[in-house]
Amino acid sequence: MGIKLLLANDHIEGIRYYETYRKNGGYTTAEKAFKMSPADIVEEVKKSGLRGRGGAGFPTGMKWSFLAKPEGVPRHLVCNADESEPGTFKDRYLMEFHPHLFIEGLLISSYALGSNATYVYIRGEYAWIPDILEQAIAEAKNAGWLGKNILGSGFDCEIYVHRGAGAYICGEETALIESLEGKRGNPRMKPPFPAIQGVWMRPTVVNNVETLAAVVPIIQMGGEEYAKIGVGRSTGTKLLSVCGNVNKPGVYEIDMTCSVEEFIYSDEYCGGIPKGRSLKACIPGGSSVPIVPANLLLKTAKGETRYMNYESLSDGGFATGTMMGSGGFIVLDDAQCVVRHTMTLARFYNHESCGQCSPCREGTGWMYKILKNIEYGKGKMSDIDLLWDIQRKIEGNTICPLGDAAAWPVAAAIRHFRDEFEWHVKNPEESQTRNFGLAHYADPIHVPASA
Amino acid sequence: MEIRFSEEKMNKVREIIARYPEGKQKSALIPLLHLAQDEFGGWLDVPVMDYVASLLDILPIEVYEVATFYTMFNMKPVGKYLLEVCQTGPCMLNGSDEIIDYIKEKLGIGPGETTPDGLFTLKPAECLGACGYAPMMQLGKTYREHLTKEKIDSLIEELRGAAAN
Repeated sequence: MGIKLLLANDHIEGIRYYETYRKNGGYTTAEKAFKMSPADIVEEVKKSGLRGRGGAGFPTGMKWSFLAKPEGVPRHLVCNADESEPGTFKDRYLMEFHPHLFIEGLLISSYALGSNATYVYIRGEYAWIPDILEQAIAEAKNAGWLGKNILGSGFDCEIYVHRGAGAYICGEETALIESLEGKRGNPRMKPPFPAIQGVWMRPTVVNNVETLAAVVPIIQMGGEEYAKIGVGRSTGTKLLSVCGNVNKPGVYEIDMTCSVEEFIYSDEYCGGIPKGRSLKACIPGGSSVPIVPANLLLKTAKGETRYMNYESLSDGGFATGTMMGSGGFIVLDDAQCVVRHTMTLARFYNHESCGQCSPCREGTGWMYKILKNIEYGKGKMSDIDLLWDIQRKIEGNTICPLGDAAAWPVAAAIRHFRDEFEWHVKNPEESQTRNFGLAHYADPIHVPASA
Repeated sequence: MEIRFSEEKMNKVREIIARYPEGKQKSALIPLLHLAQDEFGGWLDVPVMDYVASLLDILPIEVYEVATFYTMFNMKPVGKYLLEVCQTGPCMLNGSDEIIDYIKEKLGIGPGETTPDGLFTLKPAECLGACGYAPMMQLGKTYREHLTKEKIDSLIEELRGAAAN
């Protein structure tokens, strides 16, 4: 059993209600935090090595230390609960089943950053969760954890839930800020960064739900202790949301020391591939990160075991590796078609492009059209190179990372599954009746002997 | 239909506006559009958007540009029950295409269409964050997960019954 920090109380019935949470040690970390100075809390978070759990993996403590503190200007903590990356549903789980852990994390972080009004921007489709959060906020306020002069500290804090209305782009922090201001979710040019001019042009920190929940165990045990969990720069625990073709889809907490193979096949986690089928491919960190075939998922190009952490998953760069991303772990078995899966992702990014930058606005639609042609037996061999060319011209040429997020899945699918694309083009009729299958995607990788 | 919130809803409107700093009432736009859509027939007709603009003291165009940007705001009438079936990668891996085809066949409507009795609209949707419980759909404020053809049958029966009562 790996170490559990966020889901340690998962088995306790009623943990979503204040009384039960409190009886099980809830809000004792907030008590501890209010005896510390805000600067000390930031320092502990820095020491913990916590990296943003939304997908980018940026060190949280460093992000906090960038926050400008001009005299007389209010500053805000905004929680990014716009979880929309295909394959990702871990924040939903935390908010739905552990709302008080989340609120305790928000409270401690608000105190550390000096945010008297903290906003939770939640995706509009999670329409039942604001009710859960608002009930928990009311309970916490009733017990004196929110409102004026909390624990006699002189610090005031209110938490507000703000529901979006269906736009993946609002998971990008400056689009989220625009949306919170009541505008279209068009990402802003940077600089200025939100830490200097964010919501209402005030200094703002935007953090993911899981990131803020992790602040509770960090302050509870101390940053140094937290940093001892995990390996290298992958400290602490990470929530993974597993979907696709596994026996036990769901949300799991890992301490980043288990191998990918163990994660997929052990009964503690995914429980293997159903119906006696074989693992063909996987997107381990949400739809934007590169898809890899089974052989490169379980082992690195050097033939070493791959582990479930930031460094190991990205070993080999984009040529042979992938990314931890948001932890949206999507598994494809040998009955699945990589062309069709990539087509659905291209459709997703086309639908979600905000339309501000032409490479993304035009490129995502163009890629979807070409992939649709290939999938439905109307593709040409030159289309594959054209796709490669389009994704290259989107990547890095847009205001926000949605362009990269749309380009990478197409690039990785062609990089590793080019023969599946070619088979579709060469066999337009057969490809409509059966899939390419496992082919050689799980074969052991030839590792060149070192000199 | 008169486009005007009840006094109870107006209290909610004032509560929402108070969450944001003074003079930043435009931040309440998306929450208010949700309220308005729920209240005034499930979609945002121009007079409804103009009413929201007047509540926030902003220009109607500021409302239109936001309402048309976000997927959850309906720009034309929809059925009493909006069946939004996720079709993105992870749901596709678990058979969402078959679920969508089944609904089309059963209700005799295509994507974006409404049944003649005005009860159902089918809307294939992009990722709704329920990938581990696929295939799934959004129905009003809730999710229906682990869908099968049998579950679609009973769901449609349930909704027809609810509408009849």
